Amino acid sequence: MLDLKRIPLSALIGLFLTALFLFAALFAPWIAPYGNGEIVGDVWGPMSATHLLGTDNLGRDLLSRMIYGARITIFIAVAATALSFILGSVLGFTAAVIGGWIDQTMSRFVDLLMSIPTLIFALVVLSVLPSTLITLILVMGILDATRVYRLARAVAVDINVMDFVEAAKLRGEGRSWIIFREILPNALSPLVAELGLRFIFAVLFLSALSFLGLGVQPPDADWGGMVKENKDGIVFGIPAALIPAGAIALLAISVNLVADWVLNRTSDLKGGRGNG
Amino acid sequence: MAEQPRKKVQEAARGTGTLLDIRNLRIEATVYPPGEDPKNVVIVDDVSLTVERGKVLGLIGESGAGKSTIGLSSMGYGRGGVRITGGEVVLNGRDILGDERGLRKLRGKEVCYVAQSAAAAFNPAHKLMRQVVEATLEHGVSSREEAEKRAVDLFRQLSLPDPENIGDRYPHQVSGGQLQRVMTAMALCSKPDLIVFDEPTTALDVTTQIDVLAAIKKAIRDTGVAALYITHDLAVVAQVSDDIMVLRHGKTVEWGDTRQIIEKPKQDYTKALVSVHAIDHEEHAPTPVPILTVDNVTASYGGGRVKVLRDVSVDIHPGQTLAVVGESGSGKSTLARAITGLLPPESGSITFDGRTLANRLADRPKEDLRQLQMIYQMADVAMNPRQTVGTIIGRPLEFYFGMRGAERNARVAELLDKIEMGKGFADRYPAELSGGQKQRVCIARALAAKPKLIICDEVTSALDPLVANGILKLLLELQAEEDVAYLFITHDLATVRAIADSIAVMYRGELVRYGPKGKVLTPPFDAYTDLLLSSVPEMEVGWLEKAISNRRMEAAGN
Repeated sequence: MLDLKRIPLSALIGLFLTALFLFAALFAPWIAPYGNGEIVGDVWGPMSATHLLGTDNLGRDLLSRMIYGARITIFIAVAATALSFILGSVLGFTAAVIGGWIDQTMSRFVDLLMSIPTLIFALVVLSVLPSTLITLILVMGILDATRVYRLARAVAVDINVMDFVEAAKLRGEGRSWIIFREILPNALSPLVAELGLRFIFAVLFLSALSFLGLGVQPPDADWGGMVKENKDGIVFGIPAALIPAGAIALLAISVNLVADWVLNRTSDLKGGRGNG
Repeated sequence: MAEQPRKKVQEAARGTGTLLDIRNLRIEATVYPPGEDPKNVVIVDDVSLTVERGKVLGLIGESGAGKSTIGLSSMGYGRGGVRITGGEVVLNGRDILGDERGLRKLRGKEVCYVAQSAAAAFNPAHKLMRQVVEATLEHGVSSREEAEKRAVDLFRQLSLPDPENIGDRYPHQVSGGQLQRVMTAMALCSKPDLIVFDEPTTALDVTTQIDVLAAIKKAIRDTGVAALYITHDLAVVAQVSDDIMVLRHGKTVEWGDTRQIIEKPKQDYTKALVSVHAIDHEEHAPTPVPILTVDNVTASYGGGRVKVLRDVSVDIHPGQTLAVVGESGSGKSTLARAITGLLPPESGSITFDGRTLANRLADRPKEDLRQLQMIYQMADVAMNPRQTVGTIIGRPLEFYFGMRGAERNARVAELLDKIEMGKGFADRYPAELSGGQKQRVCIARALAAKPKLIICDEVTSALDPLVANGILKLLLELQAEEDVAYLFITHDLATVRAIADSIAVMYRGELVRYGPKGKVLTPPFDAYTDLLLSSVPEMEVGWLEKAISNRRMEAAGN
């Protein structure tokens, strides 16, 4: 069973910070001292007792913006990652199990998508399509799914040649049993580890899009958008842009620490109950 | 001055003839069981042995007996993080355990090692000669020229083909049996005092094994090297060693000279090892209507380019066992793949229970699949490591009979009883079972479908002799109870004698001999059957020389 004492320190730090970010995201309206778009003070006011992180380029409370920003950033990243994993792993497993020309067609199509630089591809698509949350999540999810597809297919090809899969085929099992009951449980470890990394890439990708103005649209803002809003302050020595930037880095590091630990814990090929 | 007495001790040791003296050896390792605190296990407990100069000591035992660990300790090495925690290993009169630095001078010069899998032990990127003389040059025993000359001599002694030029080949360019002999030459090249043979013939075909065995024996005799010969096959070790030590769970069971161990074993465990394969099985007469008829089946890989089965026709009768024997590459597993539909045959037909089976697996109805089950060689990979034993056995019940809940669990418990394991095992994962238990679960999974025919693909060859014996007995009992027929694929003729009703001998994709057991095993034999039969080691001192001199045909892997 999970034993708190056996978790390494780095993973504990990662878990604590990730939990903190998730808490802020879930309960944003209750813990934020001010509203998201509420103008409460001077432009780029300094840190003070009333505004713990100061105010932003329009005089809104930066701490409240950060908390609401966490909500938007994490929601979009989680949704896009979930979409990419469901899409990528199901298609990857299917390609591996069926093989033949279906595998070839799908794999070459994915190669085609991957040969276009992701950011440029997303910029072109998003500038044509209406900027809604759904489009954003779909574009991010589908582009990321190509990477998950590659991994899932590679893992499944290895598992597909094992005797227990052959035994299931000889029994007459259908494809869905083979994919979800024979292959998926054995492919979970590498996929879970990849999940953490893909989530971070989703956060970074979203931040980049928003910074370029094609992500979350004002007055809402994710952290990338907040860096963009406050970037002009840097030349005047105002640190407001550094705070969301730091939050992005901190989230990336803490999720990475957790993913590392999960990878260590589950990279046990023997199966069974897993290791410690 | 300190050098002087030490040298004297060494010379004295040489004089008495004792080369290796292991005293009260204790080896431990730390294991990390899931969900528990790390704990210490004792792998070797209080083992003492001596090897005289020029003598061969056989170490025998089942897996986990500590035989390889003891063998490696003679070069001061602990594989996989094991620690030598007690006792002494005295080689050439000096204790090698205390002397970490001396080990580099010792390994490859005084003690050499021959591993089980030669294919995995050679570096595929270098030519054989370079690897054979490497240790000799490293230790400065002789110049490259001399070392290569000696290597060629050794190749000749080990009866390798074209000894002058075989060193120019890469490891993949010679056969498995040849590679094993090249590795023996590598070990002998630096003129060591002791060679540790770690199951050198276990991975080889039975017809190849005998040649390698004879070559190793001759080389040991000619060079006067001493050896530790590790194996789990008592019949093999009886051919090469002067003394035998039987080990179990890291402890010495019995230690004596070869003749005494084979002919008059004292301990019960040794007696069990000697009498293994003593299963009595009455041959059944063929029934009028066979359950499965394979009729002139031809199959190939790569779209007809590589023919692996040519015009094979066999019958299997209800409730009886057909054993298919042959060396690797003979097409015996391909025959199983053709019958199951995994490899659709090119021509010929397969009739099962009166109806013709569809060639392709995908075209067969569920009922055909249910009645024809398969058990694999490697039980570890034949079960999903993420499913419990209950799920593994229960799935065919759900799938074929629609059983659910309590009904299914009751039947799983019943099946677990049948394989002599008990219902407590239903919650275990495969990783938590021993090798024999895993194979039993696979048998239960096949039985759950209530099949008429089970294909057993080398089901006992990965198991220890005693465990394998238990599995064979279980299969025979189940056959009597359930009236199921077996297609038993194996390369082990002792197994065939123990369980078969009829036998098919295959060689390079063709059937060379087929019929009831009594007839197939009675002379006159064709050349290949003779070779196969005469290659099975018998528990008899001096069998090897007799077998070699009576052969009529060269083994393919030679």
